[in-house]
Amino acid sequence: MNIQLTVNGKVQEKDVDPRLLLVHFIRDDLGLTGTKIGCDTSQCGACVVSMDGKTVKSCTCLAVQANGSEITTIEGVSNNGELDPVQEAFWNNHGLQCGYCTSGMIITTMELLKKNANPSDDEIRDGLKGNICRCTGYQNIVKSIQAAAEVMRS
Amino acid sequence: MFATKFDYQKASSVSEAIQLLASNPGAKIIAGGHSLLPMMKLRLTSILMLIDIGGIEEMRGISVANGILRIGALTTHAEIADSHDVKDNAGILWETAYGIGDPQVRNRGTIGGNISHADPASDLPTVLKVMDAKFTIQGTGGIMRGGSRTVSADDFFLGPFETALGENEILTTIEMPVLAANQHAEYAKMAHPATSFAVVGAGIVVTVENNICTAARVAVGGFTPIPTRGPSVEQALVGKELNEENIVAATSLIHNDLGSDVFGDVFASAEYRQAMAAIELKHAIYHATGFAHHN
Ligand SMILES: Cc1cc2nc3c(=O)[nH]c(=O)nc-3n(C[C@H](O)[C@H](O)[C@H](O)COP(=O)(O)OP(=O)(O)OC[C@H]3O[C@@H](n4cnc5c(N)ncnc54)[C@H](O)[C@@H]3O)c2cc1C
Repeated sequence: MNIQLTVNGKVQEKDVDPRLLLVHFIRDDLGLTGTKIGCDTSQCGACVVSMDGKTVKSCTCLAVQANGSEITTIEGVSNNGELDPVQEAFWNNHGLQCGYCTSGMIITTMELLKKNANPSDDEIRDGLKGNICRCTGYQNIVKSIQAAAEVMRS
Repeated sequence: MFATKFDYQKASSVSEAIQLLASNPGAKIIAGGHSLLPMMKLRLTSILMLIDIGGIEEMRGISVANGILRIGALTTHAEIADSHDVKDNAGILWETAYGIGDPQVRNRGTIGGNISHADPASDLPTVLKVMDAKFTIQGTGGIMRGGSRTVSADDFFLGPFETALGENEILTTIEMPVLAANQHAEYAKMAHPATSFAVVGAGIVVTVENNICTAARVAVGGFTPIPTRGPSVEQALVGKELNEENIVAATSLIHNDLGSDVFGDVFASAEYRQAMAAIELKHAIYHATGFAHHN
């Protein structure tokens, strides 16, 4: 089936098998490998991308379901080589170790901060319920998000 | 993981979706896909054709009129958890929607998909049962009123993953009476730590007049084939003051209503879940009536 969607501002048109998952479309067809596959059962959040302004787990969405939508992946977050405040904050606060969960964490954080510019630590942890980190732990991730929120408020 | 091969069609209206269902044996509806796709990927099911109803606008939205809250079947859990109409008129549903899965599951999953899927571990069937909800179902015709019929939540759930939905039928709307000022409702769950699915879920709606409970609807789910009403508990609550002694005595009767089909697994045994049901029910009533705050 022929689909057309906008990924990181660029229109993409491809013929895809209906069973192709959005995450494979992004990684294999478009070569945008910043989006990861972790559990492949919609629990870990490594594959989170933004679809029409809402975060989705791209392992649990068919590419054909994304037809006509606007997608942002981690590759579309920075602006002309300049890191987004959320990326900057993760870097500065040791919000990542191996980095496998980071793309999903950052995309989720961007939606979270859009809805709530001044979240408490509990609200951040609640908002990250669908994103699992298995190395650095959540302490520095929460710290990074608080730091990003502060920068974005000022 | 990939599902087995299937054809895909997008429907732009309810009637088109029903038409496609009727003319393609083995076809299935996909809404948010957050129950169906995991099953297809794990190859627990294999489907010949998916009919995507995700873009049907007439099946979306929340409204309140004449004491009835109406929710389109395609409304997502996130939209329900963000809705003031739901918060003000059916706070129990508002809170329950927020407790489903995680933000991404709530962004994609729909109320209609949750009910139609009828997973015993889902939250919404239990809540909609105590809220005395009614579901509008549309089919190819031959039933009533040009193919449309209404089924109450009490009659809709038939067994695990089994509902009153017929072959070529689609659930379009969920309706429930708005809560009156003297009605208090709450859903308490023991959530599975990984998925948030209900290990035990307990829903209650109590009507309180002059400190006395005059009506009660109680249901538990998560560990029984379908959400199970608790008539023993309901009868024990009615006519009583909702104090600690009466609440504990009434909720402990829930085991009388459970039947013999009670689920357990490595995570939580059947005996444990049964014991927790009484406790979750008690918490639900405590919270609903503000009783917890006085202690
Ligand atoms: C990680 C994870 C955690 C979750 N946690 C919870 C939780 O804590 N509590 C909870 O209650 N649920 C939970 N869920 C399930 C979630 O709520 C699903 O979104 C929901 O059960 C199905 O809705 P859907 O729109 O995704 O349906 P789909 O997956 O698209 O469809 C499910 C089934 O319903 C049928 N169907 C869908 N819509 C209709 C309709 N309008 N008419 C007729 N048939 C229809 C489909 O044919 C299919 O058989 C979780 C899911 C995941 C993946």
